[in-house]
Amino acid sequence: MSVDVIMPQMGESIAEGTITKWLKKAGDTVKRDEPLFEISTDKVDAEIPSPSAGVLAEILVEEGKTVGINTVVARIAAEGTAVAAAKAETKSEVKAETKTEAKPEARAAVKPAAPAAAPQPSSVAAGGTPSREELRRTRSSPLVRKIAAEHGIDISGIEGTGISGRVTRQDIMAHVERGAGAPAARTPAAAAPIPSIFKPGESTRVEPMSAIRKKIAEHMVMSRRTSAHVTTFFEVDLTNISKLRERHKANFEAREGIKLTYLPFIAKAAIEAIRRRPIINASVDGDNIVYKKDVHLGIAVALDWGLIVPVVKKADEKNILGLARAITDLGERARTKKLSPDDVTGGTFTITNPGSFGGLVGTPIINQPQVAILGVGVIEKRPIVIDDAIAIRTMCYLALSFDHRIIDGADADRYMADVKQVLQTAAFGDLGV
Amino acid sequence: MQDMRRCAPRWLGRVPYAEASQLQQRLVAEVAGGSGEHLLLLEHPHVITLGRNAKPVHVLAGEAARQARGVAIYPTGRGGDVTYHGPGQLVGYPILNLRPDRCDVRRYVRDLEEVLIRTAGDFGVTAGRIDGLTGVWVGREKLAAIGVRLSRWITSHGFAFNVTTDLSYFNLIVPCGIAEYGVTSLARLTGRDVTVAEVAWRAAARFGEVFEREMAPASEEAA
Repeated sequence: MSVDVIMPQMGESIAEGTITKWLKKAGDTVKRDEPLFEISTDKVDAEIPSPSAGVLAEILVEEGKTVGINTVVARIAAEGTAVAAAKAETKSEVKAETKTEAKPEARAAVKPAAPAAAPQPSSVAAGGTPSREELRRTRSSPLVRKIAAEHGIDISGIEGTGISGRVTRQDIMAHVERGAGAPAARTPAAAAPIPSIFKPGESTRVEPMSAIRKKIAEHMVMSRRTSAHVTTFFEVDLTNISKLRERHKANFEAREGIKLTYLPFIAKAAIEAIRRRPIINASVDGDNIVYKKDVHLGIAVALDWGLIVPVVKKADEKNILGLARAITDLGERARTKKLSPDDVTGGTFTITNPGSFGGLVGTPIINQPQVAILGVGVIEKRPIVIDDAIAIRTMCYLALSFDHRIIDGADADRYMADVKQVLQTAAFGDLGV
Repeated sequence: MQDMRRCAPRWLGRVPYAEASQLQQRLVAEVAGGSGEHLLLLEHPHVITLGRNAKPVHVLAGEAARQARGVAIYPTGRGGDVTYHGPGQLVGYPILNLRPDRCDVRRYVRDLEEVLIRTAGDFGVTAGRIDGLTGVWVGREKLAAIGVRLSRWITSHGFAFNVTTDLSYFNLIVPCGIAEYGVTSLARLTGRDVTVAEVAWRAAARFGEVFEREMAPASEEAA
């Protein structure tokens, strides 16, 4: 016998509710009236008690999902009823995680902070006693699993020293330090050492690559191998932006303590245009195209010791002020080495700025698993022809490298035309300044 | 008008966020156990609170800027996104049992808005609602924010009404994730220096009216 748990009606005119949090996991024992889950309707959060005592047999609606009232969201089995012990949650989490190695996207989805990729009840398959390997994989802390995913390590292969063989943070860090799971070890190129073509001493100096250099090298080559790179170039007149910036620059710097550069405007335009062409913000996953709702904007930052791409999360929800702050903050933290792993993962689109060193235009390499990257050339005054007269305007070349596997030239050029249009009309509304 | 439920209003002055949270939790348990209802009125020291749906990006302030201004940050169990509380802002936490006759989330929020609209009216300010957004607005500017939690129809958290709030603190966040709207305060709208306590008592009276409660201090109660 099982009891259905339904989405309650929280008000007369309210037809649906969003499950924000499950307070119990499948397999947990619940008492009648014990808080079972939390929902949110109309900005009000409410805790919903269990309608009966028993064991939470199945969770049918994941956290983050919105369903109509009276929808069955879970089933509670009467006490004593056998329930397949294997927990839906941990099972599917493992499944997702084994796929993550090459895909930071998917990794973001299994972080406990983002419970969106939650249990599919269908995976509550076989019961039985989990093996020791299985236990290590499923019972290790999220932190350990995250480290494992980052380094491409299979936890089940590590001898754990924790409770019932769990792999502790120390265990995995020791494993990583031994180099067993260093990312470079996974690439076929690194597997067989290439005989050196240079001999030291012959007017050459041999220096081992730093870890970050190796990572960049690997990432760049991997991207070239993965995507069918094509680059398109547009010339954009930034005179209007330049005026807008002049108007607000002093005030902005005085009030916010940061410089108002061109970059937030270009970022805003790139995001606006993504709204119209969501394919630019997609990824390739096997034979599927994955469209992403949010724009997490990577900003390439050149460092003395390499290159890093911190990510402005949910950049599409920010105005110019918010973007300027976020970009400045990430840039500063990149230079002072204060970025957290979270700051550099999950990007959906990237902007790089070779123009800051005078580059007219570049052909950037796509930051995998993204499908497009915008390169901004130097911004300078140039003579151009307007209505058969020569005018002095603030100009810039923009380059978009895109993945021709899923983006055709026409899409890319339409996207760039949109970016150009937003920038040239400088229609940013409220700058937030 | 027979036998109105009693609700004890209390002006607590300035209370740290964590302390007020604990007090609320205690009172929620008490009300669930059948004891009388409360309306806590207070102000908080500078704090940014994150609702259950808060998006971290809506806290715009860099860590440094935030700390430099002495603003704490606190995750909470209420609905809604990010908000700011601080001196000069009237915070109201009604601990009510909405059973049996007021079990409607939307009605509860509307009623809270009504209390604040009438309170603003007492100071000569015509405030209203904006369709699809909670809170109390004057034009396109937010005068009061609402963020509520229910546990078996017992309410906690509540409203934050800007009286003499230093509005520049809102620049540290995107209030409630709504970037395109501004914030305002009673002092700014009226040009008068009203005290938070003064507004608190008006709000308590209006609260009794809207929620049909007798606003009587619980005399024997230990604060």
